[in-house]
Amino acid sequence: MKAVTELQTIATQVRRDIVRMVYDVKSGHPGGSLGCADFLTALYFKYLKHNPSKFELTGNQEDVFFLSNGHISPVFYSVLARSGYFPVSELSTFRKLNTRLQGHPTTHEGLPGVRVASGSLGQGISVAAGLALEKKLAKDNSTVWVLTGDGELQEGQIWEAVMFSKHYKIDNMIVTVDFNQAQIDGSTGDVMGITELSSKFLAFGWDVLEMDGNDFNSIDTVIPLAQSKLGQGKPIVIIMKTEMGQGVDFMMGSHAWHGKAPSQEQFDRAMAQLPETVLGDY
Amino acid sequence: MRKYEILGNKDTRSGFGAGLLEAGNENENVVALCADLTGSLMMDAFKDKYPERFFQAVIAEANLMGVAAGLAIGGKVPFTGTFANFSTGRVYDQIRQSIAYSNTNVKICASHAGLTLGEDGATHQILEDIGLMKMLPGMTVINPCDYNQTKAATIAIAKMIGPVYLRFGRPKWPVFISEDTPFIIGKALMINEGTDVSIFATGHLVWKAIEAGAILAERGISAEIINIHTIKPLDVDAVIASAKKTGCVVTAEEHQMNGGLGDSIAQLLALKMPTPLEMVAVNDSFGESGTPEELLVKYHLDSQDVVEAAIRAIARKR
Repeated sequence: MKAVTELQTIATQVRRDIVRMVYDVKSGHPGGSLGCADFLTALYFKYLKHNPSKFELTGNQEDVFFLSNGHISPVFYSVLARSGYFPVSELSTFRKLNTRLQGHPTTHEGLPGVRVASGSLGQGISVAAGLALEKKLAKDNSTVWVLTGDGELQEGQIWEAVMFSKHYKIDNMIVTVDFNQAQIDGSTGDVMGITELSSKFLAFGWDVLEMDGNDFNSIDTVIPLAQSKLGQGKPIVIIMKTEMGQGVDFMMGSHAWHGKAPSQEQFDRAMAQLPETVLGDY
Repeated sequence: MRKYEILGNKDTRSGFGAGLLEAGNENENVVALCADLTGSLMMDAFKDKYPERFFQAVIAEANLMGVAAGLAIGGKVPFTGTFANFSTGRVYDQIRQSIAYSNTNVKICASHAGLTLGEDGATHQILEDIGLMKMLPGMTVINPCDYNQTKAATIAIAKMIGPVYLRFGRPKWPVFISEDTPFIIGKALMINEGTDVSIFATGHLVWKAIEAGAILAERGISAEIINIHTIKPLDVDAVIASAKKTGCVVTAEEHQMNGGLGDSIAQLLALKMPTPLEMVAVNDSFGESGTPEELLVKYHLDSQDVVEAAIRAIARKR
């Protein structure tokens, strides 16, 4: 089990990767990526039972993670590379012609670690529920994880999947909602309220947990708790409070950095806040 | 003109139901999902025999497509079943991203396609589905012509890897393809060899083309009739060879002219071998309520329309 300090180091490196990737190609989505860096670092380096060096698309007999909010691809790619799915040096190809690291994740270019395309929102829980059913049919006891944005919950398909998962007692799946309360056009509360989120999931018959996604102590408490609820006949959701842009002060507290690259001056400021790590830049 | 005996009168959706059961018998990885239309899609036999491999995904087709993609990722061969309208237009983005672009091995099986759905009217009579699906890179598009061919196609697609759109219909329709005719995906089926005009037909309109061929024969016109059950990938060699032989072409389908079989063949011939071509298809219009036969007459998809198109095509030959 990785200690918190070790996870913090990886997460800092992941944040450096995110900002460097987005800055390099002058496009991409740093805000949500930075907010989810701690959770995905913990998931990939501590909790998932997976085989990064021997990637199999089917994910049979291993835990599988799906990214439904595909626009936060920078954090996904960094965590995949840092955990050994593909060379870290490949992060430099992000969003460039002929890359496997497309703007939004895809299986189309054969990038290890990606099992379905995402980007058009609202589809990930359905896909995860399908694979979770497949695992039940195959008597495979591993877990399917899926991350969605909170603005993404405005998609109707999400609630179709939420209803379906309860009916089929998909209790080998853990959904995490990135509850950063921001979307492209503003705060979710201003744009279209998604209030009483826990109550909504409870009303659909799910087990609901809450977590601070930028606090490893909270993550290390809530993820094992969520895992302890597997196999009890209910789908599980973790409402994960995060700060968009976490780790870079001027990107925090606003929806403005959802999908914007920093200027050179802003890049320098961001790098000054994210010290180099022993892992090294790509 | 070869004489085709009517072997029975059955709906193509029942061919799907029978084929699904057989595919399920042959391969335990075959699973099925339905959107609250189990009876309409004739999926009850599969559901009853393999309840643990059948998923009622209710009136939530977007989720249904995503769940199918997830099942396919793990190694299952999911067959989705709902009406053609809800199998395509309603869930186009889900199919595009989670199935076509992700290349998941999902078989999208769609009933009640076209005008012959009948009395339910235009909301349900999708005439754009072939176009929607054939535009997706990597999607195989199949529209079989009778019960036996639909059954054979259903069994065949379970054995291929990759996303498929299988389109069939509601009404009872003449069965004329023998049970032992092999179904080869992407390979056109010769119905009648002829010399004066090539009629390429798909789906229910293959029978109308056969009726037309008999009428044309009485007038001394030798029609070559070819069943294009696989619209994508198109059997390019068969189309070119026949068009070269006869020098003019008619296409016949229960679909819009835009985006259908005729559109695919016109594109091919325009690029490779410009040939006079007439289309029997719906001309940029929605359908309406009526009996299947009434609708085929009103929207000019009847055997007489195929005859007239053939005569026009022949007249355009140089």
